Amino acid sequence: MRGQGRKESLSESRDLDGSYDQLTDSVEDEFELSTVCHRPEGLEQLQEQTKFTRKELQVLYRGFKNECPSGIVNEENFKQIYSQFFPQGDSSTYATFLFNAFDTNHDGSVSFEDFVAGLSVILRGTIDDRLNWAFNLYDLNKDGCITKEEMLDIMKSIYDMMGKYTYPALREEAPREHVESFFQKMDRNKDGVVTIEEFIESCQKDENIMKSMQLFDNVI
Amino acid sequence: MAAGVATWLPFARAAAVGWLPLAQQPLPPAPEVKASRGDEVLVVNVSGRRFETWKNTLDRYPDTLLGSSEKEFFYDAESGEYFFDRDPDMFRHVLNFYRTGRLHCPRQECIQAFDEELAFYGLVPELVGDCCLEEYRDRKKENAERLAEDEEAEQAGEGPALPAGSSLRQRLWRAFENPHTSTAALVFYYVTGFFIAVSVIANVVETIPCRGPARRPTRDQPCGDRFPTAFFCMDTACVLIFTGEYLLRLFAAPSRCRFLRSVMSLIDVVAILPYYIGLFVPKNDDVSGAFVTLRVFRVFRIFKFSRHSQGLRILGYTLKSCASELGFLLFSLTMAIIIFATVMFYAEKGTSKTNFTSIPAAFWYTIVTMTTLGYGDMVPSTIAGKIFGSICSLSGVLVIALPVPVIVSNFSRIYHQNQRADKRRAQQKVRLARIRLAKSGTTNAFLQYKQNGGLEDSGSGEGQALCVRSRSAFEQQHHHLLHCLEKTTCHEFTDELTFSEALGAVSLDGRTSRSTSVSSQPMGPGSLLSSCCPRRVKRRAIRLANSTASVSRGSMQELDTLAGLRRSPAPQSRSSLNAKPHDSLDLNCDSRDFVAAIISIPTPPANTPDESQPSSPGGGGVSGGRSNPTLRNSSLDTPCFLPETVKISSL
Repeated sequence: MRGQGRKESLSESRDLDGSYDQLTDSVEDEFELSTVCHRPEGLEQLQEQTKFTRKELQVLYRGFKNECPSGIVNEENFKQIYSQFFPQGDSSTYATFLFNAFDTNHDGSVSFEDFVAGLSVILRGTIDDRLNWAFNLYDLNKDGCITKEEMLDIMKSIYDMMGKYTYPALREEAPREHVESFFQKMDRNKDGVVTIEEFIESCQKDENIMKSMQLFDNVI
Repeated sequence: MAAGVATWLPFARAAAVGWLPLAQQPLPPAPEVKASRGDEVLVVNVSGRRFETWKNTLDRYPDTLLGSSEKEFFYDAESGEYFFDRDPDMFRHVLNFYRTGRLHCPRQECIQAFDEELAFYGLVPELVGDCCLEEYRDRKKENAERLAEDEEAEQAGEGPALPAGSSLRQRLWRAFENPHTSTAALVFYYVTGFFIAVSVIANVVETIPCRGPARRPTRDQPCGDRFPTAFFCMDTACVLIFTGEYLLRLFAAPSRCRFLRSVMSLIDVVAILPYYIGLFVPKNDDVSGAFVTLRVFRVFRIFKFSRHSQGLRILGYTLKSCASELGFLLFSLTMAIIIFATVMFYAEKGTSKTNFTSIPAAFWYTIVTMTTLGYGDMVPSTIAGKIFGSICSLSGVLVIALPVPVIVSNFSRIYHQNQRADKRRAQQKVRLARIRLAKSGTTNAFLQYKQNGGLEDSGSGEGQALCVRSRSAFEQQHHHLLHCLEKTTCHEFTDELTFSEALGAVSLDGRTSRSTSVSSQPMGPGSLLSSCCPRRVKRRAIRLANSTASVSRGSMQELDTLAGLRRSPAPQSRSSLNAKPHDSLDLNCDSRDFVAAIISIPTPPANTPDESQPSSPGGGGVSGGRSNPTLRNSSLDTPCFLPETVKISSL
């Protein structure tokens, strides 16, 4: 649902006549990148598209713009931001998955609209919406079903965030075992993949999951 | 964590939805967040300039003043803003730090002021952004160097303030390091300087050929060989002096190992060693060659002058600090010399009767050419040789010119620093004097206030007001504090003069002015002692109309005399009489009162000392002497002995 009002102003710096040497190369590269600027659609459109109030959108945008003056987040930034919250472990893989989940049009960057759309689903959406979003996160190749390999990747990335120093100590097989138990629960027809319907159905039957879905409601 | 982290935290938490379906255990409940998470605009008023910012912005850094609850201390409920009485220009930078996450250093502000602001707002200097970090560090270092020099100068300049308990060693060392401290040190300084000069001149003169009385057709002998005994005696004398000096320095040095390793002591050793070696080496021809070499070392005595000359030391320090540039110069010259010498050698190889016999022989030509000396003892004759020779001389100019400006600028910087140090030392003296004056001013104010009966708390208000110079609230409270201290310790404040005199003069002269008798009778002249039992003391001042005390004498047995007190030049012409408690202030402000002086026999003074100890400079100033009032009225709980006081007035 990307509106056509998306404005993009690219002001590329002129390429200097290619007489640079090692020292000045990187500086000029940075010049070019940083002049790309992206502005989101108007506040009203975003209000329609998402379930946030005007004030909430304002707060969100101010924070977003402060951190990313150019208006978009690319994968590197995203990883860096996310890694600040998990200093003990390596969160880069999971951050990549997250990035892909937010970047719905797969153009390699997350703009404010993507950001706010994702957050709207997670924080203000119905339970089904949220489950849908989670499924989308797990489904790495977006083919509609989660295979064991995909799940294993996700699980490993989550366990990576824990880092080395855990109690009890992290064993090699822990992700795999976790994946097995997950499939045990979710995979109804035991065909080795979990489809969206199976997923939603199984989650709705689980008390804990249902209860914890409300956990992050008041984050914003 | 950085500023951005706080902004992204909601996002990270929201993204945790992805873990929910995978969780094997129930997740903990979310923390309670206070309802008013609404973003509000805070107004920060810094000396009248209003800054407005979102609360979130300030909350990004919770361990600073503005980000924590510490700012509530500055909240002004009436105006609804946070008021800081600080520099608004600096605050701009601080606030920008919250907004952008980078702390920039203002170029035109004093770095010390900036540091103070940072300290106030709870920001660590390490937060200064990379763009400004280097400049910030440089300026800070420069400041620190200057302050360190200040301290050094202060310590060095503290000539007279030698701790009383210093040993001979310390005094000796002081005398060596700072010849201006005492005359003996100065004499020693000049004597050693003289002998260094004598020694050096003797070394020089003994090589001059001098003619004998009879004309000799043979060669002239150098003077050293004509008058060997004379020169030997002179040499011995000088070496004895130098040895004595060295041993004395060694004895006086606070850290002997460090002294042994220092450059000056090495120079000393090298200066005197050849003599002793020469004494013990037998004069036969085998070793006389070595012996002659040793004599060369005697020239090192001239380096001993560097103790006497500041400029030499600066030069030496400059060379040391430019060591890397000098090293580079040497290295590049060596490279160039080798290259060009090789080239010249091979260029001139073919010629017969050439000077360029080998590459090392060509080194000499290269050096002479590169430094543009051009002696002309070796010249190339082939065309190729001439071409390379010209290239050599051109490049020599360049190579030598490169490091020289660095050395020069280093020297200039150090020299100017030194000038600054000298200037600062002079300023420091003035500054210290001013500080001392200010300090004594306060004390004198207190003492004067006491004399004027200001501490009399029984006196009637108006009467007191007339006599006592009006004081600011600060002064009042300060004086009250000092008064409390006096009461606590049963001692009184006095000034240096009275104190030192009290120490010296224990005996009493036959001059009195007042007594501390309970009955308000003036003591006759010649009466010395007053009571020795604790009792309430009335305070009175008897005015001797014709007393023109110029100097107050006497003092309390005062150990907390304020040192360095200057005598206040202000005439203290007022005194309050009280024969009785209530006529406290029969003021005759113009009358010159004598100064009641008390000399106390060393016993602990009463807590209500009778007389104060005003001082007055010689020559006409009169200090009215009065001490505290209201002893009669106040009940003295603390039994303190009265001082056995005798008042002496100087008439």
